Amino acid sequence: MLVTRGFKGKRRGAAGDWRRLPPGQFFTPEFPVLTAGPTQHTPTDRWTLTLQHGGTLLGSWSWDQFTALPQTELVTDIHCVTKWTKFDTRWRGVTIDGILRAAGIATPPTAYLMAHCDGGYTTNLLLSDLIDRQAMIATHFDDLPLLPSHGGPARLLVPHLYFWKSAKWVRRLAFREEDKPGFWESLGYHIRGDPWREQRYEGDR
Amino acid sequence: MIDPATASAQWRVATVTAIRDETSEVKTITFDVPGWPGHLAGQHVDIRLTAEDGYVAQRSYSIASAAGPGPSIELTVAAVPDGEVSEFLHQELRVGDLIELRGPIGGYFAWSADHDYGLLLIAGGSGIVPLMAMLRSRAQAGANKPARLLYSSRTADQIIYRDELDRLAGRNDGFVLTHTLTRGAPPDWSGERGRIGRVMLTRRHFLPAGSPDTYVCGPTTFVETVVENLVAMGHLAGRIRTERFGPTGEFR
Repeated sequence: MLVTRGFKGKRRGAAGDWRRLPPGQFFTPEFPVLTAGPTQHTPTDRWTLTLQHGGTLLGSWSWDQFTALPQTELVTDIHCVTKWTKFDTRWRGVTIDGILRAAGIATPPTAYLMAHCDGGYTTNLLLSDLIDRQAMIATHFDDLPLLPSHGGPARLLVPHLYFWKSAKWVRRLAFREEDKPGFWESLGYHIRGDPWREQRYEGDR
Repeated sequence: MIDPATASAQWRVATVTAIRDETSEVKTITFDVPGWPGHLAGQHVDIRLTAEDGYVAQRSYSIASAAGPGPSIELTVAAVPDGEVSEFLHQELRVGDLIELRGPIGGYFAWSADHDYGLLLIAGGSGIVPLMAMLRSRAQAGANKPARLLYSSRTADQIIYRDELDRLAGRNDGFVLTHTLTRGAPPDWSGERGRIGRVMLTRRHFLPAGSPDTYVCGPTTFVETVVENLVAMGHLAGRIRTERFGPTGEFR
């Protein structure tokens, strides 16, 4: 540990809050927007979500069908790899368990998925990071429809991983035979991205 | 053999070798980074500050200096009001201090003169920093494909790198510089006035013809507006690379 001469830090918030911060993060009351390219605007009457494995379609939902699935509310902290953490964000959507159930999948075909989004963004995920109410496809933030700039009409929410895994404008979940890197993961970011292990970049353990 | 990913992820102890004022709110810090693996224009570094009791703060900063092997790199840092790290860097940091950093990071908002298809650069405020690295790299490589910069600042005295940008524009190597000022311009101002829109972008030839590589960097609302305009003008979304900072203006 190299002590930085003259650095004291501001340590905002209560001491208990610091323990909720993964290493290297700071907390913000704002909700910053970070995206590699333009914001996508998909009207809900042209929105579908599909679940597939190779060439096999496992499930497909229109907006009305999707929003009729059982809804779950999740209050959670979120952690962006650019260092901000936001406490107690409140989301509503359909858990990945609920999506698999709606598709009638009792036994998932593989342990790996790729999320595909409007605009071409992809991110790879382990099935074990999605099930057991850990993750959802969210349509609401603070009881309001998700704004396009924050990933609306629907985004993936995997709050225990860095937030680039919570892909905005998600449209397709595809089971894969292997854990192949998605967009940021092939541009130097970590393949899994656990903030508590500070897995920011390729090369972090 | 050194794995480049491991080399970038490794924390290094850098020495501050120079600090200079760019504007009243912006400083450039030069670091000597032993073992620096080299970088592309547009990439950034993470800085880690540690207090005596072990409290740590990390932030990311764009690299301002041209692409190259190092070991010297420059970061240009804007003072964020009440910013935990930028305040330290502005007020406390001195030449000779040791700072931990790692990088380079980011392979997407990056540009290399080896793949020059023409450049359209649009910056708001300190969003100029990674784009300046591209322009410096371009000049260093002797590239001469067309390159345009439209740079929005609030006032003339808040323009970062003003003299150097003028010098780059005077090289007659295909680089065209346009400033716009959003909060009042001096009487003799020859640049644009007001916020960037479709009319200004068209007047300054930020056109989709030839599919130039387009980089937009600045505050969130600035980037959102500029990119919406570019897409409406027929620019391919896939050619536009963005980097945003700060919170969204439409938070609800």
